[in-house]
Amino acid sequence: MSALLTFPKGGVHPPEAKGQTAGLAIEVMPVPDELEIILGQHIGAPCTPLVKKGDTVAEGDLIGEVTKGLGSPIHASSAGTVKQLGVSAHPMRVSAPSITIQTDRQAPPRRYERTDWSGLGREELLKKIQAAGIIGVGGAGFPTHAKLSPPPDSKIDTLILNGAECEPYITADHRQMLEHPAEIVEGARIIMKVLGVSTCFIGIEANKPDAIAAMEKAAAAGGGGQVQVRAMKVKYPQGSEKQLIQTLTGRKVPGFALPSAVGVVVHNVSTTKAIYDAVVLGKPLYEKVVTIAGKGIKRPANLLVKVGTRVRDIVDYLGGVTPELAKIVYGGPMMGFAASSLDIPVTKTTSSVLFLAGEEIDTRPHSQCIRCGWCIEACPMGLEPKEIAIYVEAGRAQETAQFGVFECFECGCCSYVCPAKRPLVQLVRLAKMKAKR
Amino acid sequence: MWTVVACLVPPLVLSVFVFGIRTLIITAVSVASCVAMEAISQKAMGRKVTVSDGSAVITGMLLAFVIPPGVSYWLPILGAVMAIYIGKHLLGGIGYNIFNPALLARAFLLATFPVAMTSAWLPPLHNTAIFSTLGTAVDAVSTATPLAVLKTQGAAALAAQFGTAPNIYTTFFLGWRPGAIGETSGLLILLGGLYLMYRRYITWHIPVSVLGTIALLSWIFGGPTHFTGDPLLAILSGGAMLGAFFMANDYVTSPTVRTSQLIYGIGVGAITVLIRLKGGYPEGICYAILLMNPVSPVLDRLLKPKRFAPPLGGAK
Ligand code: SF4
Ligand code: SF4
Repeated sequence: MSALLTFPKGGVHPPEAKGQTAGLAIEVMPVPDELEIILGQHIGAPCTPLVKKGDTVAEGDLIGEVTKGLGSPIHASSAGTVKQLGVSAHPMRVSAPSITIQTDRQAPPRRYERTDWSGLGREELLKKIQAAGIIGVGGAGFPTHAKLSPPPDSKIDTLILNGAECEPYITADHRQMLEHPAEIVEGARIIMKVLGVSTCFIGIEANKPDAIAAMEKAAAAGGGGQVQVRAMKVKYPQGSEKQLIQTLTGRKVPGFALPSAVGVVVHNVSTTKAIYDAVVLGKPLYEKVVTIAGKGIKRPANLLVKVGTRVRDIVDYLGGVTPELAKIVYGGPMMGFAASSLDIPVTKTTSSVLFLAGEEIDTRPHSQCIRCGWCIEACPMGLEPKEIAIYVEAGRAQETAQFGVFECFECGCCSYVCPAKRPLVQLVRLAKMKAKR
Repeated sequence: MWTVVACLVPPLVLSVFVFGIRTLIITAVSVASCVAMEAISQKAMGRKVTVSDGSAVITGMLLAFVIPPGVSYWLPILGAVMAIYIGKHLLGGIGYNIFNPALLARAFLLATFPVAMTSAWLPPLHNTAIFSTLGTAVDAVSTATPLAVLKTQGAAALAAQFGTAPNIYTTFFLGWRPGAIGETSGLLILLGGLYLMYRRYITWHIPVSVLGTIALLSWIFGGPTHFTGDPLLAILSGGAMLGAFFMANDYVTSPTVRTSQLIYGIGVGAITVLIRLKGGYPEGICYAILLMNPVSPVLDRLLKPKRFAPPLGGAK
């Protein structure tokens, strides 16, 4: 194989820690007794509920609709009865409005039949994707139909599927690529039709040779000669949108601009699988593959769970936590959020919940900056985290725009390499809140 | 910070065996005065006292490391005042001082006590009589450092006194030669430096560029004709190793951007060789570093990392 592709500036090599779950097939978790479905799964305004207490719902029923602004509808993940409209704890926001469903475990799972989409036009495809409630499941949760409708003046020529999965521990996308490569390629074909492009790259980190092989085979079979798999070097944050685009196309997305500015649209492989489900099967997005890993959980797994499943139920299903458990993280160890409760429900964007033991986290106390320059070398955006941090600590956060704080996407590379263990991402986050754009 | 202190302990222990227990006393005096001076300065300026962070201890050790082992016991006290009060707290303040405090103090002592600072060298002991140099009248047995011999008497004299290659390399590498307290053993300094690199406290950029430049320029210009100098001897003698790993690399006074670190290191190396060959002193790394110190923020500003892709239209 020729030299692996990667981005030129910055990046780090945290322990990959994927061995625990990489070999475990996606396992369907039984429907729990109760589901808590958050009405705002995505960026934008939360949905307005369409059901009230006591209503019965069937699996896949629309239960929340977008009434204002950018958004994405919500569906019932399982058949059952609406128990209450309330508020749930949320992994990133403090709390969010939600619908609790008492599930009917006797109800047979809903079946979806394959339909032919080749006759559908761009608008019809977009409508199906929007109606299925699809959002970017790999990250921030941007509504997919909006991403597929780039500004009319931008000339999109390339679709990139993100299969990098560069965060340690997480193997959900890896399993999707291994188990559903043909579906992902078909999903890519749908997106390509919507965007009117004839080039698609699937970027996968080289630590997943089996996924690369599976996707290559599927692309050769169903890609119509337009879908190509690209192996990339293992380096965090290889899966960050801007770094990924630079790696695969050499183009640089300017600050504050969207990938469409350089003619590219990026979708996660799991989102692409959801697009396949929506268009080919007519199935809305209400299930999610979530990696549960770390030395703090009895049985690590890649679980297919209903959106709204509480982490507590997952823990029970997997046999509970181990005595070594020291910290629970929603998302990956680099960009995830520490959790304080097990009552948080899985959302469409949850890719993993990690149960880390003391030995898996860094608890060394932080000290003063020793000006070693590691953070500068590690920052993929070419920023000077140490400088920003010093300004914030000196109470001069407002002046940090000059250092480009808004280009920081909180990848955490700087904190990861800092030998003084300074909380650089947190300080940069603070700077972003206080500085003026 | 305490990791750095730990890395400085082996050369100190070795110096006791090479020059006698007096090096330990000088170092202790230096460290104690630096810590006291730090506390006094911070109190006097109404700042938080931070002596427990270990940085004054490092300054104290480094200060002792660059003065000759035969000096009077009170000399480091004066050096400490210079290093901590003037060098660290007046010229910039903690974390922002412009010059390396220990080297600034050494330069000051060299200017005010030139005799003691240039002649109180001790010959290495040839037995374990580490207490024999305890008294104050040690100036009588003073000797000359290899670089001084090389400068004033030439290569033949150097070989006569210290042996020829490859024996001289081994002797110098292990540290059995006259010199400042902590600078003699290239081996122990190298080990300390490598450990700091392994712990990611420092990177290779400064030490390698400093030593590489010294070696290269000494090879080209250091001999009787071009390209006949001895590069290995050049980095094993004087304070080159100590300077490259522990002085030029000082967190506060060196650049943080990798490319500026390289340029800074090349600058230090070049000035060192220039002073050694053409200047008035046998060793020049101290002044070389002091001269490059104020340049580091400038280098950092000029060679800022390239932002990934700043916003279009220059808007912030
Ligand atoms: S400053 Fe931001 S973009 Fe740069 S390394 Fe830190 S978190 Fe990542
Ligand atoms: S990595 Fe940490 S200690 Fe090093 S320069 Fe950056 S903030 Fe300072």
